[in-house]
Amino acid sequence: MTTLVEQPGAAASPAQAAAAATEAILSAAVDGTHRGVVVNSPPGAGKSTLVVRAALELAAAGHPLMVIAQTNAQVDDLVDRLATAEAELPVGRLHSSEPKPYDPVLDRHPSVRTSAKPADLAGLDVVVSTAAKWAWVSSEERWRHAIVDEAYQMRSDALLAVAGLFERALFVGDPGQLDPFSQVGAEQWAGQAHDPSASAVSTLLAHNPQLPQHRLPVSWRLPHSAAALVSEAFYPYTPFRSGTGPGDRRLAFGAPADGSPWDAVLDEAADAGWGLLELPAARTPRTDPEAVAAVARLVHRMLEREGRTHGERDGSGGGAVLGPERIAVGTAHRDQAAAVRAALAGYASAEGDGRAARVTVDTANRLQGREFDVTVVLHPLSGRPDATEFHLETGRLCVLASRHRHACVVVCRAGVAELLDDHPATEPVQLGPASWAPDGWEAHQAVLSQLAEHRVPLA
Amino acid sequence: MTPSSLPKQTPPSGTPEPSGASGTPEPSAPGAPQAPAPAGASPRRLAALRGGPDVPHKHLDARALAALAANPGCRRRALLDGAGVDKGAVAQALGSPAPFGQSQFALVRGNAFEARVKADGGQVLLALLCEQVGEARPEPEQVVVPDVTADGPAGRAERTRLALAEVPEGSWGLLDHPWLSLRVAGSTAYLEPDALAVHPDGSLSIIEIKSFPILDGAADTVKAGAAARQSAVYALALETQPRAVRESALLVCPKDFSNLPAAGLLPLRKQIAATRRQLRRLTRLEEIAAELPEGVHFAPTQEPEELAAAVESVPAAYAPECLSTCELAFHCRQRARGAGSVVALGRSVRGELGGLATVPDVLAAASGDPGSAAAQDPAAALLRRAAALRAQALQDAAARGPARGSSQAPAARDAEVG
Amino acid sequence: MSLLNALARMEAVACGRARPVATVRHRHLAERPLVLVPLATAGENGAPLGVMLGTERSAPRILTVAQPRDRDLRFAFLDRLAEAVLPHLESCQDEVELVERKETDPESGKRVAVEAELCTDAPQLLVPTGPGVDFVRLLGRSTRFRRTAEEDPESEHPAPPRLPLLGRWLSHYGERARVPGSSLLLPVTGLLTRHWATGQSQLEDQHLGALLAWLAPPDGASGAEAALRAELGRDGRGQLLVPPAGPATDPAFDNELLAPALSRYDRGVPGAEEEVHELVATQLRPTWEAVWEGVGMLRTLPEAAHVPDRWRRDRQSYTHHRDRLRAAEPPQPRKDDAVTAARKLAMREQRQAELEAQEALDDPLVMAVRRLAGEAFSAEVLEVEMAYSEGKRPSPRPLVTVHTQDAPLLSDGDKLHRRLPEGGQQRAELVELAGPGELVLRLVNGMGRAKEPAPGTVPRKGDLVCWTLFEHAPRGGPGLPEPEETPWTHGGPPGERGAERPDPVTSEDVL
Repeated sequence: MTTLVEQPGAAASPAQAAAAATEAILSAAVDGTHRGVVVNSPPGAGKSTLVVRAALELAAAGHPLMVIAQTNAQVDDLVDRLATAEAELPVGRLHSSEPKPYDPVLDRHPSVRTSAKPADLAGLDVVVSTAAKWAWVSSEERWRHAIVDEAYQMRSDALLAVAGLFERALFVGDPGQLDPFSQVGAEQWAGQAHDPSASAVSTLLAHNPQLPQHRLPVSWRLPHSAAALVSEAFYPYTPFRSGTGPGDRRLAFGAPADGSPWDAVLDEAADAGWGLLELPAARTPRTDPEAVAAVARLVHRMLEREGRTHGERDGSGGGAVLGPERIAVGTAHRDQAAAVRAALAGYASAEGDGRAARVTVDTANRLQGREFDVTVVLHPLSGRPDATEFHLETGRLCVLASRHRHACVVVCRAGVAELLDDHPATEPVQLGPASWAPDGWEAHQAVLSQLAEHRVPLA
Repeated sequence: MTPSSLPKQTPPSGTPEPSGASGTPEPSAPGAPQAPAPAGASPRRLAALRGGPDVPHKHLDARALAALAANPGCRRRALLDGAGVDKGAVAQALGSPAPFGQSQFALVRGNAFEARVKADGGQVLLALLCEQVGEARPEPEQVVVPDVTADGPAGRAERTRLALAEVPEGSWGLLDHPWLSLRVAGSTAYLEPDALAVHPDGSLSIIEIKSFPILDGAADTVKAGAAARQSAVYALALETQPRAVRESALLVCPKDFSNLPAAGLLPLRKQIAATRRQLRRLTRLEEIAAELPEGVHFAPTQEPEELAAAVESVPAAYAPECLSTCELAFHCRQRARGAGSVVALGRSVRGELGGLATVPDVLAAASGDPGSAAAQDPAAALLRRAAALRAQALQDAAARGPARGSSQAPAARDAEVG
Repeated sequence: MSLLNALARMEAVACGRARPVATVRHRHLAERPLVLVPLATAGENGAPLGVMLGTERSAPRILTVAQPRDRDLRFAFLDRLAEAVLPHLESCQDEVELVERKETDPESGKRVAVEAELCTDAPQLLVPTGPGVDFVRLLGRSTRFRRTAEEDPESEHPAPPRLPLLGRWLSHYGERARVPGSSLLLPVTGLLTRHWATGQSQLEDQHLGALLAWLAPPDGASGAEAALRAELGRDGRGQLLVPPAGPATDPAFDNELLAPALSRYDRGVPGAEEEVHELVATQLRPTWEAVWEGVGMLRTLPEAAHVPDRWRRDRQSYTHHRDRLRAAEPPQPRKDDAVTAARKLAMREQRQAELEAQEALDDPLVMAVRRLAGEAFSAEVLEVEMAYSEGKRPSPRPLVTVHTQDAPLLSDGDKLHRRLPEGGQQRAELVELAGPGELVLRLVNGMGRAKEPAPGTVPRKGDLVCWTLFEHAPRGGPGLPEPEETPWTHGGPPGERGAERPDPVTSEDVL
């Protein structure tokens, strides 16, 4: 039903393949005949870079354009990148009338104008805002071009509210991350082309099946050790590869291992890109105290052992220090994140340097789109009595397993494979074409079996 | 079971049978289901579990196989189903008969609908299929409709196998009530899909006819899910023949409020994967059976106490969802409730209870009694807070109770105009 | 399920009867609701078998179909149903109050206030179970496109005159029932489980008889024993002691009793019609009594403070539908267009957020659930320090230090909300997590327009205040385009909406 644009042969180098894909996308966006172009981008494939380049080319070609992102942080980041890339480019940042509506970092750019009123920004080459804010703008004046960023995380009804503002658009997003959801039941529209709770891209393609779909074929973030697994488990229909080869990135610790399981799993992860610290099987509440303590201790040891990363960004010679800003902890639930933060605060005050408290700790939802050198993940199914739809959701696991440039350490109770085996497969089915989404069960099993090879038990 | 005579259906040489995983079709080893049962799961052992050769064998059908997915963690169900025990008779003998039944109105209506959509030799079915998959509808004379009648299940399955091979390349074919066989846990299950269509490209579509309606283009998603899992069993059984099976089945149902047919595509990919996993688990029957005490069997005719003890000797994983899918559920519920199991209150109840598995343990942990072992569970702290918040709220509400009487006023005003 | 409600279920197991999960009644309950107990014929979509209805427990009406597969008898039944139900559904149309409503002026495009009618009450419909709500929706769908002899003189099977109107009302009630917190059409099982937890699972709670057994077990019996009898108990003929609350009937009833009676009717045996009627009535009566018993229990709870606010929205919904009928608009289409679907979803999400907030504010037991989840907390005021905003007209922005034993999931800058003692609400920002359980908040509004805060708007040392992380009156989202302006991404405008075609009436309709 859809047109997947042919990719250059696999023989091309990652850089060549990525460049060719980017050129094809830019040409379709600037000169193409279709009203819409969809770009599927796996984690760390240069999506933001693409959006910035497309915006600059459209502006250079004399097409003023609107850019629609989903969160204020994404908007601020895009504006900052645009202004950094092209200091002279007049960029508008349309914001809300709440206090502190945008990141003050934007005030450093003389060419960026900020306002809560669209009229103040009229005539600028590029105006960027959130979908929620754009929805309040009246559609009397239409933009010839738009870029919709994170389009897979945008809900269909949010696109409906803003699509009257533009004539044609480039839709960019990551199909593997968390799907948008609705707080109330939307079953009555399930399977219909304009189900308002579906993702913007699925509605767009259901109504416009002829639109060309491109993909970015190379992840520059994920190391060689992670790309194949993440691609197979979460992107079975839009595969990608890593931009770096085996051994191009290295993680090493200054201090030797102390013989503990924590250090052993850190060394395994430094060596192989993955590590699994497996706690004894037990059913636990969400904020499993032992698992939380294990996560915190891993972070603490990582900092204490003075990790250094070596790779294309880290310069030659000694590499770069693995500081707290480059480490993240990912959880499924907010209370788990809060418990880990509290545990890290304990280390921070005990050490007196506060470093552990500067590590990012958040849920998968909030880590979407972010990048770190090393991540520590509390497995969503660890200690659970059952695998609910929430915990099986592929997007959640995909986000958690694809934030890292060097290594990912997972903390988990034993027994998750059995838990998955016992999971009832009685999900409801809608009539219609098969879903393009990967199966949560299969994806979980794929990740588990990979992790099993890097397992360090915590007795 | 008649071994196939078609050369393509013998296992490729050099494909060793993985131990303990036979009886389950592997996509890469099309011949696997024909392999003999592993030594442990011998028909004799299974018959012994049923209570001897004279106890009727309840053969697994597609519906029963599909229903295994409802609670794969239940060893009791896996063993009894795998051994062909009549669970309904066991439940009856245990004094907790399953309240399942089918209304003859539904039965009559369902049969009449199927007869109607097949009345013209399948032309209606193929028209619906072509409309759904976007292929050109064949003229009646272009459709090969092989005869699949034969004596006995094995004969009919073999006849179906040959009939599938008869449809020439480039032709449409339609098989009405073909028979398929599938090796499950050491015995052969015979399955009867409503129809199979052969496309000109040589691939197969499974056609499932159901009596629930497709209303304004949508079917009940729970019923459609059950139909998809049933079709997935057929898809697995078809892996032993050379034709490719399409990943979507055709579901044919009454349209809106009429008896006219409507159709939709049932995506099967996930269901096939899930059913494959469940069938593979059934081959672990031997491990389960090996743990049984000597001489235990499940003949419904034995003394109820002995039967109950036999059933108890296999662990169950009861959850309220079982009530609509398993004949033994009311028996298992009684036992689960008797043991104070929290899961009798629903799977979702367990979410925050950690290692606490019984109601008395949870209540002990919540009461804050430091002497109880339950109080040591990591879930206890949250439970104590929950119990305290609940007690406080109930107390607050009771304290302000009398003052609340005045809030009846709006209801009285409704009455004046109502 | 929340841990608090799981705990309530375990308390119920321990004491053998249901336990409260609410201390006030969170849904509107009319003084005279129309109770409707429907039964359907197995195997046929939306084919009614009988219905018991009325606004008083002591004065029910029973309507049945002697042969559900006979189209003429079905139409005759639906005709009687329309005559029985429509007077109730139309009973509140003419009693109105005048209210102000904001509308977009078609000339200027500005929002202007217009005077509009609002019915002072709306009829309420109660059915026994969730599937009963679905059946009301299905009846509405199956009848609203029917054509009467007046609309289509050619029709071989014209619908009774008032039947399409009944279909439109039932469709409206069925759709409204999807709105969180609405009370026009409610299942009694849903009402009861909102307020009490039993010692069984949510699945088992869908059985009205078993649910009531836990709520009011007979003397000496435990809820579990009484529920088991309600689920499985059968008489000497193999018939259930407590028939299902519908709309599906028990297969044993269909096969052993109803089928022979229908066959006698088909053969023209005298008295067979009365026999079928009485048989169906035996299946309806216990459910009728059960529904009213449940209603009686619900009446023992005082109404929650925000219920009239939400009922007002139901009255608006009722009034709007009345207006659409009076304007002779065509029946509700089979499928929503993109804009209508998005508007409905947006409205329902807003109502859901509002309902969750209001239930918590109205009921300490619900607030306890939110506190346990870290979404609200009760805190004692330790210190208040006056401070003012910067700018030309400084406004009060007092800093309040509080201590809580709850565990709210907070980070700096989060907004907090509380209800003021004199009504109205106040917002604060989290300034600092000062220590374990100790928070510094800045009050940012709700203190009046003067330089000094209005009396009673700033808490004092020692006060116990409940703060929530959720808004009390969540705002709606932005507007959506009109359907005729549907953008290309959503398929473009749906085209002129005329009356939809009726479902074809063919000889295949019934067997």
